Amino acid sequence: MLSNDPLQRVLFIDLTKRRFWIESRPTLFEDNLGGSGAAIGLLEEFCPEGVDPLGPDNPIIFTVGALTGFYPLASKTVAMFKSPHTGNLGESHAGGRSAIAIRMAGYGGIVIMGRSEMPVYLVINSDGVAFRDASALWGTRSSYTTGDVLRKREPGTGLRTIMRIGRAGEELVSYACVITETYRHFGRLGLGAVFGSKQLKAIIIGGKRNLEPADRKRYRQSYDEIYKRATDSPMMQKYHELGTPMNVLPLDTIGALPTRNLQSGTFEGATGISGEHLAADYLGRRVACAHCPVACIHLAALRIPYPNDPYFYKTLMLGYDHEPIYATGSMLGIGDASGMLQLMDEVEVLGLDVMTAGVALAWATEALDRELITEEETDGLKLAFGDTQTYIEAVKRIVTQPTDFYRALARGIDHAAAQYGGADYALTFGGNEMPGYHTGPACHIGYLTGARHSHLDSAGYSLDQDAAKTGTALNPEQVATELFEEERWRQVLTSLVICLFARKVYEPEIVIEALAAIGYERTIQELTALGAGILKRKAKFKEREGFNMTELRIPRRIFETPSPAGPFEEDFVRQALAAYAALLQG
Amino acid sequence: MAKRLSVIDIDRCVGCQSCMFACTRRTAQGGLEESRIHVQSAGGFSRGFVVIVCRACFDPPCARVCPTDALVPREGGGVRFHTEKCIGCHNCQKACPFGAALWDETQGKPRICVYCGYCARYCPYDVIALEEIREDKETARPIPDPKAKPAT
Repeated sequence: MLSNDPLQRVLFIDLTKRRFWIESRPTLFEDNLGGSGAAIGLLEEFCPEGVDPLGPDNPIIFTVGALTGFYPLASKTVAMFKSPHTGNLGESHAGGRSAIAIRMAGYGGIVIMGRSEMPVYLVINSDGVAFRDASALWGTRSSYTTGDVLRKREPGTGLRTIMRIGRAGEELVSYACVITETYRHFGRLGLGAVFGSKQLKAIIIGGKRNLEPADRKRYRQSYDEIYKRATDSPMMQKYHELGTPMNVLPLDTIGALPTRNLQSGTFEGATGISGEHLAADYLGRRVACAHCPVACIHLAALRIPYPNDPYFYKTLMLGYDHEPIYATGSMLGIGDASGMLQLMDEVEVLGLDVMTAGVALAWATEALDRELITEEETDGLKLAFGDTQTYIEAVKRIVTQPTDFYRALARGIDHAAAQYGGADYALTFGGNEMPGYHTGPACHIGYLTGARHSHLDSAGYSLDQDAAKTGTALNPEQVATELFEEERWRQVLTSLVICLFARKVYEPEIVIEALAAIGYERTIQELTALGAGILKRKAKFKEREGFNMTELRIPRRIFETPSPAGPFEEDFVRQALAAYAALLQG
Repeated sequence: MAKRLSVIDIDRCVGCQSCMFACTRRTAQGGLEESRIHVQSAGGFSRGFVVIVCRACFDPPCARVCPTDALVPREGGGVRFHTEKCIGCHNCQKACPFGAALWDETQGKPRICVYCGYCARYCPYDVIALEEIREDKETARPIPDPKAKPAT
């Protein structure tokens, strides 16, 4: 790292005392390159063992990476905290303008501690922090309003991020999200609730500066190579054209699209919620994260008539992707795009993680169907697959929590199933609700072993699909090894906060050249060792907080519903978990 | 003929800001401080984007209010900036209705487009292009490109 690289600056904010200070941490960023690596270092340092995730001592950590601001697609911010949803590692990534804004404000990391005595929002620039009264914003019905108000009230348009929570975060729903630039989210594992617990409504960060490369000529050459790979080559085409919803129909065709709480892997309504249908009838605009030419963010324009008022319409602009489509579409038996988008919109208004919200409603529907709960628990709602309007009412109740049942569901399916039963079809992995792939054993092993319990940790679905294509069945140890190697390399990418959609653009030799041009000389061996080290440190943090990979609950449903890989047994998955745990020890 | 940067079709802008990064990278640096083009949302991402860049006026108001002749009209439209003469008074910034005299806080001076077109090479969706300014011989006013939309 060059000595003048502002990446090494870490901004500390104490909400209790309304103080801030800036520390120089060159070693942290020299060793870890930023992102996930720097964040786990800060989490180890500032998150006390056994801390209450919703107490003042749980830190919120944001980090960006060395490549951010220099190269395209190094555009994610890593958030780290103790998760109120799983009780261990909280790690969530978001794009929008967040990463560029933090880098341009002159920081590599931000650490927020304490709890404000009144609702506040923070305005952060290169000089530090202003603490602003957010009491009037607290309790506004819609998360959109907070964005609209702050956009007008604070300067810096085009060069800032506005992170905010909705009512779900204020009410401490354990899977409340943080929304940034309206259409991107720190979605998973409950960062929104941690914001809420600190009475932190929003954060605006912005700035503008130059970054000096080590070798100017080499920097421009390296940039051009990456830019060309991102724009001219077919590797980014799918994100650019239909976007991630291009997955819906192929997954349905092979029987891997989780439907009706994974009672099936195919959905008769898949066409209605497919990327093709959405693009043809709803796509209203495509937008991009800052410094990303790909523009994968697809916005649907949804025109809704008022039923009793002719000539009154409202038009919503709503972001859609494969995971929200799966969670509010097939998983809930909703095959009409308009209804699905309306449900997604309510989830946005409330500020919930759409994936967990959808899966939680799917589980509740089956629990009602099997009479584990009654309409007394659901506050009179007859939850039924395909009934969009009832789901819209139910998702509001996850936030208002009128009954004990909704209070339990607001802490996730594991919590509710512990009270009401139904664990066999409680589709959580390490406490986190499942993503939209049922491709075979490897995807589920990936959800279980991944540090974030995310499909993006190690892409097990891809392993399943490759195995199906080549007709080679992997044994449990091979699955564990492949997933481990993938997750290890992804630690390097997420430490550089490279969008994982660009993983094929940033192949190892490209990463090495890009780093060298800006003053970070690394070898492939060093990067691989860094990735392994970060993965192990995350695992260690999780174990410290009570996580045990070999004792994980595996929902029976995944063995019952046929997958494209054919039947697989719990033993297979258990062996893979043991092998993965051994690799983490090695 | 003088050239200028034209906003060809703002509705194709995705807000990636590749042009802004290109403008600073023209000086072989990363980041955004040197950028002479600015992209912002038109009031939230849902409404699309606005590109702010010098439109190369024939009678540039920024030059008219410059007290030190740091900004002088360029033949054929636009201005040339002589940084050593600039005293950082912000007059040009206030005079440009488009806000295209962007401010470099580090230098305390404006950053105004130099009509090189480097940014347009990095626009993935052909939103902007370097074009020749066409001039009406009688009035000596620029003829607007029928394809081009206003910069804001």
